[in-house]
Amino acid sequence: MEKDFEILDHTADVGIIAYGADLKQAFANAAKGLFSLITELDDVEEVLCRDIELTASDEESLLVGWLNELVYRFDTEGVLFKRFDITQLGDTRLKARSYGEKADSAKHSLKTGVKGATYHMLKVDKTDGFRVQVLFDI
Amino acid sequence: MSAPWKEIVRKIDDYRWEIPTSYKAGMTVPGLIFTSESMLDHIWEEQVFEQVANVAFLPGIVRNSLAMPDIHWGYGFPIGGVAATRVKDGVVSPGGVGFDINCGVRLVRTNLTEDEVRPKIEQLVNQLFVDIPSGLGSEGKIRVKEKELEEVMVRGSRWAVEKGYGFPEDITVTEESGSMKGANPDKVGSKARKRGIPQLGTLGSGNHFLEVGVVDELYDAEAAKAMGIEALGQVLLLIHTGSRGFGHQICTDYVALLGEAVKRYGISLPDRQLACAPISSSEGRDYLAAMSCAANYAWANRQFILHWARESFARVFGKSQQELGMRQIYDVCHNIAKLEDYTINGKKEKLCVHRKGATRAFPVGHPDVPDIYRSIGQPVLIPGDMGRYSYVALGTEAAMKETFGSTCHGAGRVQSRGAAKRSLRGADVARALADRGITVKAGSLASLAEEASEAYKDVSEVVDITHKAGISFKVARTKPIGVVKG
Repeated sequence: MEKDFEILDHTADVGIIAYGADLKQAFANAAKGLFSLITELDDVEEVLCRDIELTASDEESLLVGWLNELVYRFDTEGVLFKRFDITQLGDTRLKARSYGEKADSAKHSLKTGVKGATYHMLKVDKTDGFRVQVLFDI
Repeated sequence: MSAPWKEIVRKIDDYRWEIPTSYKAGMTVPGLIFTSESMLDHIWEEQVFEQVANVAFLPGIVRNSLAMPDIHWGYGFPIGGVAATRVKDGVVSPGGVGFDINCGVRLVRTNLTEDEVRPKIEQLVNQLFVDIPSGLGSEGKIRVKEKELEEVMVRGSRWAVEKGYGFPEDITVTEESGSMKGANPDKVGSKARKRGIPQLGTLGSGNHFLEVGVVDELYDAEAAKAMGIEALGQVLLLIHTGSRGFGHQICTDYVALLGEAVKRYGISLPDRQLACAPISSSEGRDYLAAMSCAANYAWANRQFILHWARESFARVFGKSQQELGMRQIYDVCHNIAKLEDYTINGKKEKLCVHRKGATRAFPVGHPDVPDIYRSIGQPVLIPGDMGRYSYVALGTEAAMKETFGSTCHGAGRVQSRGAAKRSLRGADVARALADRGITVKAGSLASLAEEASEAYKDVSEVVDITHKAGISFKVARTKPIGVVKG
């Protein structure tokens, strides 16, 4: 796979199309795409990790739920994540460990605030490789 | 060759364009877009028609899926959309309000003139930037406890004023008197609370801002005078922000919850972000109770910010609050769902009016218009982009009849944030604004490029359409001289 994710232009908001050799990787790359909107990932080091576990009614809801959980973690703990290890991913359940560090204004420039992931234009595509698409309200 | 939209929309008059129900199977009412012919080309390219049509699927929608002239492509609902649903058999949709519940605008008059403020504008903008927390990741100067947060959820601006932030008069000129009824903190989850506590009293980032503007046009001097806008050259302050992470999380939680309810109630929707539930169902009622908590949080937020802004002005100009005459003109919300009474086919009906990027515009004599404005109508506050103008207008009887008492809310984007950033650099935008006499202080230069004038429609064109269509009347225009961006 050449690239992990692409930014999808939208008039008011921004989307991500993420790729992977499997769905776990595509979900991980979508999360990486999310944090690339918030900050420069090159400036972020892996000094802490957080475990996330969630359930949802289907894969699409799981994707939105996963990204919204990360938005929540950033908003409440100030953690910038850069690497994501999805350890379990079924139709309704996700388990992941995410690595990053607390945002520090001396080290990280914060770019765009993300309010949340939406269900608009949401896609989980497994037909030709693994590809997921999500639009954020920013 | 004629534009493709010409085969779809039916022209009613120069400012009203209908999307018939035949456009898409599943629409129960036609779409109605308030716009001009020249703006339709762009609207068409953006697939806004599709979104207006999708909203027309909502069970219980009355009359039309409406779009204001600042309409642009949103997620689910278009931004600049208005949809009214019957309370007795219709639905409420969190996506029809959006993530930033009660994002809104507060306008404040001053006794200051441009001549007095210009020499100190840099100092003023810097002082506002210091006194009012803004930008991504910023935290408020006040830290409420969980119990106090619940007070904020229920009582909004009133709580802030009782704690010494502002005056009782501010509340009388705030939509819903700054505290919406029906708020129930039990319906707000722990995540929203955790996001809400540190962010109370912050401006935020993105398109939120403080604008110091100068009155440069008066269209209705008498109405302007009733609002305390007396002369050209007078300085006004505009505050644009909402319910921050607190509202965002409530939207997130309820879109997920109502996404499941949609299946239970057998509602068929063309877009999952339109997730909804009957207003009479427990899910629908719970959303409205939680949404009202976020609306009240936003009103308290703007109340705190107004208080600090008054202090900033007092410090910079060395004058007392009295001398500055910083009376609040009005405060409107433009992302909300509200239960309001309308006459439909000769019968009084209670409707749930979703305003997603639209401003309430009630007419002369309406009981919800504050006493001091009862004879002129409700003030409507329409911020533009940071380089052009902002407008003050008034609600009308035509808005009551056609748009469920609603009008436009701003300029409306035409260019994506990515495209704006690629074509413009923040530093160049700041310089271009400085050349036009506008001092800007922003948390990040990238955010400045994203919000450049070029990324927006011309607000004057938008406001002219609402004026000519009669859904709000222009009163005054301001041009910015100082802007604080998150």
